[in-house]
Amino acid sequence: MNRNSWILYIGILVFGLVAPFIFPAFKVQLSILCVLIVLATTWNIQGGEMGYNTFGNILFYGLGMYLCASVQVGMFFPLAEWTESGGEKTFVHTPSQFFQGMAAGLVVAAVVPTIVAGLIGYAILGLRGHYFAICTLGLGVAAGEISGGIEIIGAGQGFTTPPFPNIGGLEARGEFFYFLSFGALVLTFIAVRAIYTTRFRLILNAIRDNEDKAEAMGIETMKYKITGWMISAFFCGLAGGIMGGLVGYIDSTDVAFDGREMGVFMVLMAILGGKGTLWGPIIGATLFHFFKEGFWTFFLGWQYVALGVLIVVIVIYFPEGLMGWLREKYPERFGEVIDEADRKAQVELK
Amino acid sequence: MDFLVFQYPMITIQACLDGLLLGILFALIAYGMALQWGVMNIINIAQGDLVILGGYIAYFMYLYGIHPAWGVIVSPIIMYFVGIAIYKLVINKVVDRDLFISILATFGISILFMQLMNFAFGADVVLANSGYGTTMLFDNNVVLPNSKIFSAFISIVFAICLVVYMKRSKLGRAIRATAQNARAAKILGVDTEKVYAATFGINAALCGVAGALISITFTIHPYMGLPYTIRSFMIVIVAGLGNLPGVAMSGMGLGIFEEFADYILGTEFRIGSVFLLLVLILVYRRFKLSRKREYLK
Repeated sequence: MNRNSWILYIGILVFGLVAPFIFPAFKVQLSILCVLIVLATTWNIQGGEMGYNTFGNILFYGLGMYLCASVQVGMFFPLAEWTESGGEKTFVHTPSQFFQGMAAGLVVAAVVPTIVAGLIGYAILGLRGHYFAICTLGLGVAAGEISGGIEIIGAGQGFTTPPFPNIGGLEARGEFFYFLSFGALVLTFIAVRAIYTTRFRLILNAIRDNEDKAEAMGIETMKYKITGWMISAFFCGLAGGIMGGLVGYIDSTDVAFDGREMGVFMVLMAILGGKGTLWGPIIGATLFHFFKEGFWTFFLGWQYVALGVLIVVIVIYFPEGLMGWLREKYPERFGEVIDEADRKAQVELK
Repeated sequence: MDFLVFQYPMITIQACLDGLLLGILFALIAYGMALQWGVMNIINIAQGDLVILGGYIAYFMYLYGIHPAWGVIVSPIIMYFVGIAIYKLVINKVVDRDLFISILATFGISILFMQLMNFAFGADVVLANSGYGTTMLFDNNVVLPNSKIFSAFISIVFAICLVVYMKRSKLGRAIRATAQNARAAKILGVDTEKVYAATFGINAALCGVAGALISITFTIHPYMGLPYTIRSFMIVIVAGLGNLPGVAMSGMGLGIFEEFADYILGTEFRIGSVFLLLVLILVYRRFKLSRKREYLK
């Protein structure tokens, strides 16, 4: 890492730390942005680096959301009574109970999806290409439909997460969740950046480029695929837990296992920014969040129509994303050396 | 309800017959999916939404006082042109590319259609009443709505017509040639672009027929598309591309499975069980193939 990138990282960190005080009105939006970046970055481990286009990371996100809220309630009060009929009015978390519950809940929300990913990984990751994509799509929707039928977590009527304790009001709530999600973002970035500098990333890229050859070279591809999925699941679960608390209400198909929204968003954000790069998903998520909020504000009611059009346009016209476009335009910046004679020959061929 | 299925055979018969009739409809949709998958190598997530759109056409005829059964004729004609329009706007740009691109692009179309239908027709669950009455079997223990029998019959008629058309007509031959080898077909003078457009149009028309039948027999709702896509995908991967009897059989099998899941697990788990079955089938096939060190292609 050279001096410039240190300055960049410290600049972003400082900006992240002061952002809620500069833009106090956008605290919730910034928190959602952090969660979106976490989701896009972790999707990129599968879709970008490994070449396994998954719609199923939403499974871990939703699982984390339900687990975090359940633990937070279940540690102190009976869960069934809470979800039965507005338990949040009968039982009130004291501030210490709330924060203890949140901490324990986030740990569970991150660890359990990781274990689940490890358990189902061997079965699911043996599929390739579009079979994997459709299978994970089915997994996400099935999880949503099934959790919508389970009574103890609120079934069809939803699950209200514990309200923020009465200290400092809305301001404190916004800051708490912002720093929580920003912390998750920083953690994710450090972890992903660290693994991208190791041999692990090269192995994932080898799997993407030609899995059979990678296997023939003696790489136990399944082991690395499962590890990659577990890393994604860990951060997706964490992000889900935070998002559950932030939204304050969990519904099986509209908030938690929302394959139609969040499940596609994470794919789109990574593609928009450029999959297979470290910064692509981050830039993509930021741009996408601006787009989306613009749609939601200016095309109220038509947002899904705009979203559908946006998906088609991005996928058809920008499949390489922003980073891919920049790479095409300025290959020198990405450390690619291009032979002038070769380039001229290419132009003549065209 | 769980134990009744085993103690009271009439429920079993009821579920089997319901499932069979339903499965024939699924097979019709799956046939369209197999067609476009085989010919153009795309997976269309918007398949189910085309079905629902076809259903709304029949429903609107019903609202304006025309018997909804005529929808079986009108809906495919309209849907054929809708299909051609979708092909010209979007699909022709994704045909030669990665399958995942087609999945995502059609996912976008699916979201678009879902929401447009929600605006145009409202978010209510609707059905077009055909007024066909019911048939009672086994001392009035098994109730079969005539509309279900009608829809299964029409599905079979359309499937047979299509098979004959594919075998005999010039376009059918061109479609089959393109499916076998698009490049060779092009060299021999087949306009593959036209063939692709026609294939997608025929697929949309099949969805239109199925949708009209579903609006008579069951209910339709703007957001009910995705399960139909998943069902047809499942039927196609179980049967394999270009295996028509297989498509019919696995369609009926899926129908029966769903009816039993509905009785045993409860209606709220019906859709969930379909999606779970898809995952289980894929995982089962993956393990079966991995013994020979192969994978699903």
